[in-house]
Amino acid sequence: MTDTISWIAVFPEVILLVMACAITLLDLAVKSRLRTTTYLITLLTLAAVALLQALYASAGGTIYGLGNMVVSDAMGNWLKFFATIAVMVTLVYARPYAADRDMLRGGELFSLSLFALLGMFIMISGNNFLLIYLGLELLTLSSYALVALRRDHAVSTEAAMKYFVLGALASGFLLYGMSMMYGATGSLDVNQVFRAVNSGLINPSVLTFGLVFVVAGLAFKLGVVPFHMWIPDVYQGAPTAVTLMIGGAPKLAAFAIVMRLLVEGMLPLWFDWQQMLGLLAVASLLIGNLAAIMQTNLKRMLAYSTISQMGFVLLGLMSGVINGNIYSAANAYSSAMFYVITYVLTTLASFGVILLLAREGFESEEIADFAGLNQRSPLYAAIMGICLFSLAGIPPMVGFYAKLSVLQALIASGQTLHIVLAVFAVIMSLIGAFYYLRVVKVMYFDEPITATTVSAPLDVRAVLSVNGLLVLVLGIVPGGLMALCAQAVVQMLGT
Amino acid sequence: MGLLSLAIWMPIAIGVLLLVLGRDDQARVVRWVALVGAIASFLVTLPLYTGFALGTAEMQFVEKMVWMERFNVHYHLGLDGISFWFVLLTAFINVIVVIAGWEVITSRVNQYMGAFLILSGLMIGVFSALDGLLFYVFFEATLIPMYLIIGIWGGPNKIYAAFKFFLYTLLGSLLLLIALIFLYTKSGGSFDIAIWHSLPLDSSTQTLIFFAFFAAFAVKVPMWPVHTWLPDVHVEAPTGGSAVLAAIMLKLGAYGFLRFSMPIAPDAAREWAWLMIALSLIAVIYVGLVAMVQQDMKKLVAYSSVAHMGFVTLGFFIFNDLGVAGGLVQMIAHGFVSGAMFLCIGVLYDRVHSREIASYGGVINTMPKFTAFALLFAMANCGLPATAGFVGEWMVILGAIKANFWLGLAASTALIFGAAYTLWMFKRVYLGPVANEDVKGLQDINSREFLMLTLLAIAVLWMGVHPKPFTDVMDSSVAELLKHVAQSKLN
Repeated sequence: MTDTISWIAVFPEVILLVMACAITLLDLAVKSRLRTTTYLITLLTLAAVALLQALYASAGGTIYGLGNMVVSDAMGNWLKFFATIAVMVTLVYARPYAADRDMLRGGELFSLSLFALLGMFIMISGNNFLLIYLGLELLTLSSYALVALRRDHAVSTEAAMKYFVLGALASGFLLYGMSMMYGATGSLDVNQVFRAVNSGLINPSVLTFGLVFVVAGLAFKLGVVPFHMWIPDVYQGAPTAVTLMIGGAPKLAAFAIVMRLLVEGMLPLWFDWQQMLGLLAVASLLIGNLAAIMQTNLKRMLAYSTISQMGFVLLGLMSGVINGNIYSAANAYSSAMFYVITYVLTTLASFGVILLLAREGFESEEIADFAGLNQRSPLYAAIMGICLFSLAGIPPMVGFYAKLSVLQALIASGQTLHIVLAVFAVIMSLIGAFYYLRVVKVMYFDEPITATTVSAPLDVRAVLSVNGLLVLVLGIVPGGLMALCAQAVVQMLGT
Repeated sequence: MGLLSLAIWMPIAIGVLLLVLGRDDQARVVRWVALVGAIASFLVTLPLYTGFALGTAEMQFVEKMVWMERFNVHYHLGLDGISFWFVLLTAFINVIVVIAGWEVITSRVNQYMGAFLILSGLMIGVFSALDGLLFYVFFEATLIPMYLIIGIWGGPNKIYAAFKFFLYTLLGSLLLLIALIFLYTKSGGSFDIAIWHSLPLDSSTQTLIFFAFFAAFAVKVPMWPVHTWLPDVHVEAPTGGSAVLAAIMLKLGAYGFLRFSMPIAPDAAREWAWLMIALSLIAVIYVGLVAMVQQDMKKLVAYSSVAHMGFVTLGFFIFNDLGVAGGLVQMIAHGFVSGAMFLCIGVLYDRVHSREIASYGGVINTMPKFTAFALLFAMANCGLPATAGFVGEWMVILGAIKANFWLGLAASTALIFGAAYTLWMFKRVYLGPVANEDVKGLQDINSREFLMLTLLAIAVLWMGVHPKPFTDVMDSSVAELLKHVAQSKLN
């Protein structure tokens, strides 16, 4: 906790920043339609960063750097590792799609994605309210630009506008909440805020007031009811490749800032924020699942499904502290972390299939576009099927274990209210099963409306197959990832 | 790898292989691979029979290793007298189903065969799992192949049926999941079923757990009044799907009562036995009457399944050895008989494409060999002595009379209803003069169908004439179970 610089803590971020700038410049010289050179260098950079993160994470240990501004701990490093992989996979899926839609005229897709990832990194490792906010802004600004990447496309532009206005509002909430906390505690440093709040000397009404704004801002970013309005529109309006960029990796970063702000910074206020998260979770499960039933557009349906899945994550986060006792905190938070990671994995594969089926001039985003996919391509139908069963929480897909660990965290608390919440959550997942099954039905039971064969470049096919298989394999042997999340969270709580 | 693991994973591996490598233009190869795979998977269960030690209620062929350390979940398998026969039954029915689908299924053969092989492995997993979570994973995973089987190869209203099947059973299972997690927490972090058996629980907790289990298992059995999904699903499912559903999947629920509800919540089970008995009697009598008025053969057999499974749950909840063992025997017998009944309907349906009783009449004139088999299975369905159907029903009725004379009397009326609806259907479909051109043009069964029905006929007769091997295996485990259930777990 000394004021040393410890550059090593921010090494991955530095590489990412340098390479993002370099790739932006380098791309000026690239002429090919698919931007192969830019693509390969981006992937190499990401692979190097991922490797570095994995090394950091498996080495363990917690390093504070840049005068306590950033922290590099196991949880953060694993989240950064998975975020990097997620961005990599997204870019692999996105390239053919983007090329067909005139989105690769410049290399912005790659450089903006790198900057977005840098934003996520800063959010994840920030140990200071203001730095976390800056990371968030870097991520969202890059995302706004990504959504608007198809300049001549009216729906995308509309989505970008909506995203920008609501996103700015949310950032405003968060910043306002942070300023209240700063006013109350006199510090922006997460650890010092914790100490100040824990001392009990601070006027609780100011704290609660600030907390409400922080939670509202976070809820916007996570996309939970009633702050979910932007999710369906942006998911549907953005080019599918960008939808995946927004709906995939950033969920990991959003989870991280919830952990940093609420758990590391304001754990003593657990009673207030757990209550808020509980309400948000119930509303998200209810609205998300019910609204998803009515959708005919697959992207919009998956958007509502995201809302309900995030409700589950919140259920995990809200069961950490029971009557002021934190003995079950590690259990609860690691279940939420496991949930987010597996959710991102599943989202990648399902959007991967949507992207793959899209052709030039055809988006393949209506559920009806998937009719008879099993007869056109059994492999991709199977991957999509695995993802949908996983999202519905049917074993042996990994999504089941995510739901299991969250339900277990709820029930382990022994509170009647929590058990009732668990029953509510499973009834909602029954409703969820209906709309996921409907897509399976369209793919397997209906006759195809088009006989077009599905073709994809080798890299997309390979990555997508591995991705889909992982959803199943992690369901058969989920122990490793669970243990990883548990260790990471235990270490974080220990400091 | 132990024998049980082999019995579970061999069909699954072959099924996955068929899914990945099979092509529609090589349907012949796919069929043969599936058949060889199914037979091999059945053969690996035979050493279980020769190696099974009688006279002990201990778990046998136990395999245990850590599966998920974080939740203390184990890959824990084992068989006792209660679960033993279902493993063999599942593997046997799987062979029959592969033969039954031989030339009937022409589209996406590899997916059809693959789904059934995987399903069979998963169901063996349900019967041999000794870890609560492992049980649940297998239990739920069976929904996926069955959903696809109904939805892809089913009848005109298949989509409704597939959704009804999936969502109806999922609702029950989710409450089961909550109960399992609750027990995990209560037992201080263990999913081991044996530990749960000896876990003291207070009265209200037991009641809650009992009804959470009830939600899952009663839907699966299915018990009245949550049986309504079964007729719809049976009617739309392809023949093989109906056979597996009736022969094995319904047993997963009944098995759950014996493995979970009764030993984990014995006080609640005794307290609520009156309700279970009442529901079982309604299933036996009322659903039996409902079966009588059906116009559709598959629906009739589906209602008859509900009635027969009513006998099983009745036997379980009178808490004596005749009742429980009788229920188990009835489950196995019903596995053979209902499977055979559905396959017989399938034989007719493949030729005439109608399941209506009214579309037939005088089938005996054109299909004498087939009618002989159909008669045998119909008789077994009515519970005629010397067929499999008799032994279980007889034992349950004896057990019921031992418990209460009037109960036994009420249960035995079912034999009359059973005979009435089965024989009446038999008369209308098979006997009399040739009813129409369709029946006139019928070809008698070919050697493939002959083989498939012969295998089932042997099983039905063998079990009827010589049921001792079946009951011998069960006796110790049933006695141990009843002893356990008789002890209060209240603290």
